[in-house]
Amino acid sequence: MSFLQGMWFCVIGLLFAGFLLLEGFDFGVGMATRFIARDGDERTLFMRAIGPHWDGNEVWLITAGGAMFAAFPLWYASLFSGYYILLFLVLVALIIRGVSFEFASRAITDKERNVWQWANFIGSLFAPFFLGMMLTSFIQGVPMDDKGNAWVGFFGVFNWLSVVGGIAVVFFCFIHGLHFLSLKLGPGDSRRMLNTTEKLYWIAYPALVVFVILSMFMTDFYSKRPISTWLLTVVVLGATICGHVSAMKKRGGFAFASSGITLMALIAWIFNGIFPRVMIADDPAKSILIQDASGSPYSLKVMTVVLCIFLPIVLIYIIWSYFIQRKRIVSDDVSMTDVRPAVAAK
Amino acid sequence: MTTIYHFFFVPMTIGIGLAVAIMETMYVITKKEVYKTMTKFWGKVFLLAFAVGVVTGIIQEFQFGMNWSNYSRFMGDIFGAPLAIEALVAFFLESTFIGVWMFTWDRFKPVWHMVFIWLTNAGSILSAIWILTANSFMQHPVAFEINQETGHARLRSFKDLISNPQLWVEFPHVLSAAVCTGAFVVMGCSAWSLLRMHIKNKKDVAAVEADGEQTAKVSLFTKSLRVGAVIGLVGACFAILFGDYQGKFIVYDQPMKLAAIEGIYEDTGDPAPWQLVALMNEKDHKTESSVDVPGAGSKLYYGKDSGKVKGMNTVNKELHEKYDAKFGKDMNYYLPTTVLFWVFRLMVGIGFGFALVSILVLWFTRKKKNTMWKSRWKLWIMGILTFAPFLATTSGWMITEMGRYPWIVYGYQTIADAVSPTSTSGKVLFSCIIYFLLFLLMGSVMIFYTRRVLHQGPFYEQDNGDKPSKIAASTERKVALA
Repeated sequence: MSFLQGMWFCVIGLLFAGFLLLEGFDFGVGMATRFIARDGDERTLFMRAIGPHWDGNEVWLITAGGAMFAAFPLWYASLFSGYYILLFLVLVALIIRGVSFEFASRAITDKERNVWQWANFIGSLFAPFFLGMMLTSFIQGVPMDDKGNAWVGFFGVFNWLSVVGGIAVVFFCFIHGLHFLSLKLGPGDSRRMLNTTEKLYWIAYPALVVFVILSMFMTDFYSKRPISTWLLTVVVLGATICGHVSAMKKRGGFAFASSGITLMALIAWIFNGIFPRVMIADDPAKSILIQDASGSPYSLKVMTVVLCIFLPIVLIYIIWSYFIQRKRIVSDDVSMTDVRPAVAAK
Repeated sequence: MTTIYHFFFVPMTIGIGLAVAIMETMYVITKKEVYKTMTKFWGKVFLLAFAVGVVTGIIQEFQFGMNWSNYSRFMGDIFGAPLAIEALVAFFLESTFIGVWMFTWDRFKPVWHMVFIWLTNAGSILSAIWILTANSFMQHPVAFEINQETGHARLRSFKDLISNPQLWVEFPHVLSAAVCTGAFVVMGCSAWSLLRMHIKNKKDVAAVEADGEQTAKVSLFTKSLRVGAVIGLVGACFAILFGDYQGKFIVYDQPMKLAAIEGIYEDTGDPAPWQLVALMNEKDHKTESSVDVPGAGSKLYYGKDSGKVKGMNTVNKELHEKYDAKFGKDMNYYLPTTVLFWVFRLMVGIGFGFALVSILVLWFTRKKKNTMWKSRWKLWIMGILTFAPFLATTSGWMITEMGRYPWIVYGYQTIADAVSPTSTSGKVLFSCIIYFLLFLLMGSVMIFYTRRVLHQGPFYEQDNGDKPSKIAASTERKVALA
């Protein structure tokens, strides 16, 4: 395996991690519109909190997919065609959610607005669930043929680990979203969010334990790469405890950072576990390795140059866009298309 | 199919986006409030188009792996890079800055705010460049070699990939078509709005002129018409120009496509005639009857007075000679000629029609004698033309994609070999149906909301803050739908 191949493997992992770190809270906020919000206006307020950012955050997923295509065409082809139905469902969820922001802001009656807010909620709930399912299903070893086609059956997609994995991703996205809201809303609401996550965290521990036990039996992570896998397991747990403590102490910023690290560590755990493979077959001889899946050295070089030039630029303006819109929003400011400046909460 | 649907919204996004950006620029330059109102108003329409455009785009990115996995294995080394760059360079740009633009109307100096919309546009246009780089490669493969060990294609030169001659005839043509689309949507919607004012006022022109707010509306929509017409004229002229270049390019590059869109089965004489209309017999591969313009063919295809064009029967033989060793004798290289022939004429007709209409609109809305808004039949025609650009862009896309048949990459991989072996036809059919229904729903909702935005008019401020009571909301709705 060349240096560039290894690097691109990490880059794709990072892009997925970036996606969960950012779009994760958008999904969480979307879920909160039904689980937490009291009425339609509060839902609008929640959606307004992520309004300027969700679209840019979603691009991380598209970039991860594109980078996979460019750097590891064989991985992209096997994974995406093997998980056809699951990805199709993810896309449907993303579609209804994607249009819901704009359509909800155009709605006149409460009933109409409600329809699109439901669309937003359903999309936000199922997109991370199906993605989580895919991420925790393909690490278990799937039936593959000599040409590298993955023939994933129904129980390959739908089994104990993948369902728990899907729920775990949804759950942490939800917590992450509430933490984001605690940073974005006025003081009263902010406290309410943290109170909620404080309670929710008690469910996270048993869920994580179940997840680890299942993956011990259903993946080879803990036998093949025991040290690094255990290390990352500890990181996930540590970040979770950190988040819990911060929520208790009502430190929104720390809580948000911790839940973000939890999500990113989950991705790191997956990518570290499959290394040096990209697709794991039930017959080890048919697994696809990083060096077999990758594009030519030349195109990796081209992509590396492009990445080095543009990623810093992209990061700079994304951070800038968060920075200029860092003000908290309060409930007398619920328009989705900004006509009046946001009111800062002291 | 997704491609066509996605392409429905993309030109709209680029085009309207550009129109909005130009309006805001005019506001910044002239400092006139009317342009700000205009920008905000068309901005609403733009955001609706953008929302739907984005979600159809996500599908596009993933479809290559889902439905065309063998293609991705074979060509991924070349094809993946433009897509990844598209996401990294273009999508981040447009999606971040549209978020900034939407929510910072009062936070920045107008000049800066204008920069955001231009950046959003730059993102859209850049994304078009990259996706067309990928498409051009499929039309005219360059800059690669086949790796003998794996049998997969390998990228040889990135520079050659983006200087693909096909790209630089395709991209300007598509971009100008997009500009046209945006312009005509703006013009068409303005016309509808002006027509509604006629209906509301019971066709009483004097009543409108007596009412200050209505007069302001008329002048705003007339201004929009003029802005649209200028953009539309420029777009149409460039679309025709580059379309012509493209034709001259495919004479050499894909003779089958050219012969099909022109309905030529047998080699033409020299100089070649141009068939204005023709009846084709696809079964026996011959042209039944046609109305010819003598000598015009050579002019169109070669830009000179002589030169003959190969007919489909000749090209078919050549292709068989060229590829039989690799793909077998059973390949069918004939294209659905009748469809392509007429679709091509539709596209060209609309293109020239647009240039003409733009000039006429400018003439009818000239300063001294603004009569356009008073003349209902002109507004009707203009309104109906809202849908014409979509016919044209869809036609163009059909020519491009169907004309490449039977190849997904011209001369290297057939469409049949490119699909995913793991996706059963049931899966594909099911997902296609669902996509189609979803798109139908999205499209109708978008049109519905666009109508609503138009009905609310440019001076409608959405209530935000203290919520209107239910009663107020319902009367408002009645007013809006009246």
